[in-house]
Amino acid sequence: MSDSFVIKNLNASIGDREILKDFSLTIPKGEVHAIMGPNGTGKSTLAKVLAGHPDYAVQSGEALLDGQELLGLEPDVIARAGLFLAFQYPSEIPGVTIANFIRAAIVARQAKGAPFDAKAYYAELYAKMDALKMDRTFTARFVNEGFSGGEKKRCEILQLMMLKPKYAVLDETDSGLDIDALRIVSEGVNRMRGPETGFLVITHYQRLLEYIVPDRVHIMWDGRIVHSGGKELALELEAKGYDWVKTELASA
Amino acid sequence: MAEIDESQTQREAIEVDRSKGDFKYEENYAFDAGVGLSPSVVDYISKVKGEEPWILEFRQKALKTFESLPMPTHWATTDLENIHFDKIRYYLSKGQKPVRTWEEVPDDVKATFERLGIPESERKFLAGVEAQFDSEAVYSRMKEELEKQGVLFCGPTDGLRDHPEIFRRWFGKVIPVGDNKFAALNSAVFSGGSFIYIPKGVKVAQPLQAYFRINAENFGQFERTLIIADEGAEVTYMEGCTAPKFETATLHSAVVELVALKGAKIQYITVQNWSANVFNLVTKRGVAEEGAEVRWIDCNIGSRLTMKYPGVVLRGKGARGEVLSIALANDGQHQDTGAKMIHAADDTTSNIIAKSISVGTGRSTYRGLVHIPKTLKNCRNNTECDALLINEHSRTDTYPAISVRGQKNSVQHEASVSKVSAEQIFYMMQRGLSEGEAMSLAVNGFVNDLVKEFPMEYSVELKRLIELQMEGSVG
Repeated sequence: MSDSFVIKNLNASIGDREILKDFSLTIPKGEVHAIMGPNGTGKSTLAKVLAGHPDYAVQSGEALLDGQELLGLEPDVIARAGLFLAFQYPSEIPGVTIANFIRAAIVARQAKGAPFDAKAYYAELYAKMDALKMDRTFTARFVNEGFSGGEKKRCEILQLMMLKPKYAVLDETDSGLDIDALRIVSEGVNRMRGPETGFLVITHYQRLLEYIVPDRVHIMWDGRIVHSGGKELALELEAKGYDWVKTELASA
Repeated sequence: MAEIDESQTQREAIEVDRSKGDFKYEENYAFDAGVGLSPSVVDYISKVKGEEPWILEFRQKALKTFESLPMPTHWATTDLENIHFDKIRYYLSKGQKPVRTWEEVPDDVKATFERLGIPESERKFLAGVEAQFDSEAVYSRMKEELEKQGVLFCGPTDGLRDHPEIFRRWFGKVIPVGDNKFAALNSAVFSGGSFIYIPKGVKVAQPLQAYFRINAENFGQFERTLIIADEGAEVTYMEGCTAPKFETATLHSAVVELVALKGAKIQYITVQNWSANVFNLVTKRGVAEEGAEVRWIDCNIGSRLTMKYPGVVLRGKGARGEVLSIALANDGQHQDTGAKMIHAADDTTSNIIAKSISVGTGRSTYRGLVHIPKTLKNCRNNTECDALLINEHSRTDTYPAISVRGQKNSVQHEASVSKVSAEQIFYMMQRGLSEGEAMSLAVNGFVNDLVKEFPMEYSVELKRLIELQMEGSVG
């Protein structure tokens, strides 16, 4: 399928610990899918494996982004192919301003030697910062250095909006956010929703899904998806708790 | 500020392509002192330059001092023993007198500048450029305004011959012949460099610049620079180099003396990019009289071994000294750099910020000396040295020597060692940057606050040099 992100029978491990076990999921472009699940079921591992993190070993499987196999590619090649990962814990890069960082990421996507339109870049950057209610002095701050939890997540969404990937994985973007920041971040994501972009939203709580309403909800347990449904599944899970997953779904 | 847009400057900088240093022209040396070092070689150099007897005497005495001093391997690296003094050429010249107009510059020299990518506009705007081509300045010109202001800008031969009343007084005084073995060597065979005098109260608006490069195999370059800023004068001097790659080791041993008289300010900026076989052993020191300021901005990239510790002797009340240094040691390279601050008057302040980056098997060493005797009061020093390690095998050492006595003096010393983490690199690569781009961005970030102190064109060039260095460091 050339218009979807297809993950098929993915097995991955860290050290000698198997984490993803025949994980399969298909996200058609233009849809928002949510993955929920208790801690330790492999949600963040999934995000990192898809992004090509060197600590994880892939045993088998496929991850086809609009038909292109991502597994085995370098992280930067995966990124330029169109997969964006909003980190749960974004790294600090001392001395590198946000403006220069995003700019470097855009230049990395251009043909070598192609001119960079700085004026248009700043116009777009400022517009998107306004949308995320970020002060303009933010551009001159160093990437994630001394940022509050909310600022870090807003910075991730700003990068997402500027880099316009084909598919975006949001790893626990709601963690560390107060209700206002959650609303702003969600608005940013909702603005990007459309036929050109697919989303995989990883979250522990249902709360985020009140703001970013998913097309599909998947419940993950022990390295694979054990149950899928519509947006109402998130509410059901919230009501019944993860014990329900353990006792009923996992054994099914 | 958000408004700062570096795109313009970056685009301009691309025209100065330092990778073009990697080429070599056939040379027809009209004057060649042969290989090796002896009193007759020193005689020969002095004779070719038409020097007065006192200079020859100075050189010969320096040669004896050089021969009598041991290699400083009791504290420095034993790699120094790999310098074969008997295989080095100590003097080469095109046999030309320095010329004043661009038209008079020989075509092959122009071609070299062409290949170095020095922009046309800059060539025409070279306010008092001293471009050293091998050991003789072939292009030496001052803009009219500078001449009107009474600024002298020439090479050592001309300076000592035409203005002895100005230069002789300080020549070899800030850095005496016997200061160290390599200062003695330079004193014996010096050739080329810049002698500058800024008259009282004159503030030179544009930085004075020197371009030079080594381009003869086995050829040591021993330039000599003396800058005197008279009372209340201000000047910035910029020194940049590219050197083509050779197969055998090359020795570069310069001496730079700065004299800032009462209330004067001198800023000396170096961005060096030596090829990986060069021994770069340089002595740099300034004297700051009452209320004067001497500031060294020093970037060391490349070379096999660099040993350089710019210093300031704070001789007058309220004098200020500063060293900002960046060193990048790549595979097989050793950057042994640092700073010296000698407080010799009350109310003097000094500041040292040194950042080093070690890549691959590269090694960086910081050596600092801060001296405040107990007879002084209200002296202050701030020292910060930060090291960044890129790989497992990189190495960094810090040897700060701080001697502070007396009641009302204060020092502050901070040191840090950090590493570019795998998580940082993954984060940046997830945004689409290659591993090399991610590395150079992290390194540029590390030096960012120091680079901001540089004039724009140099800071951009430095970023590009760092990128070139980091390109080959991954994988």
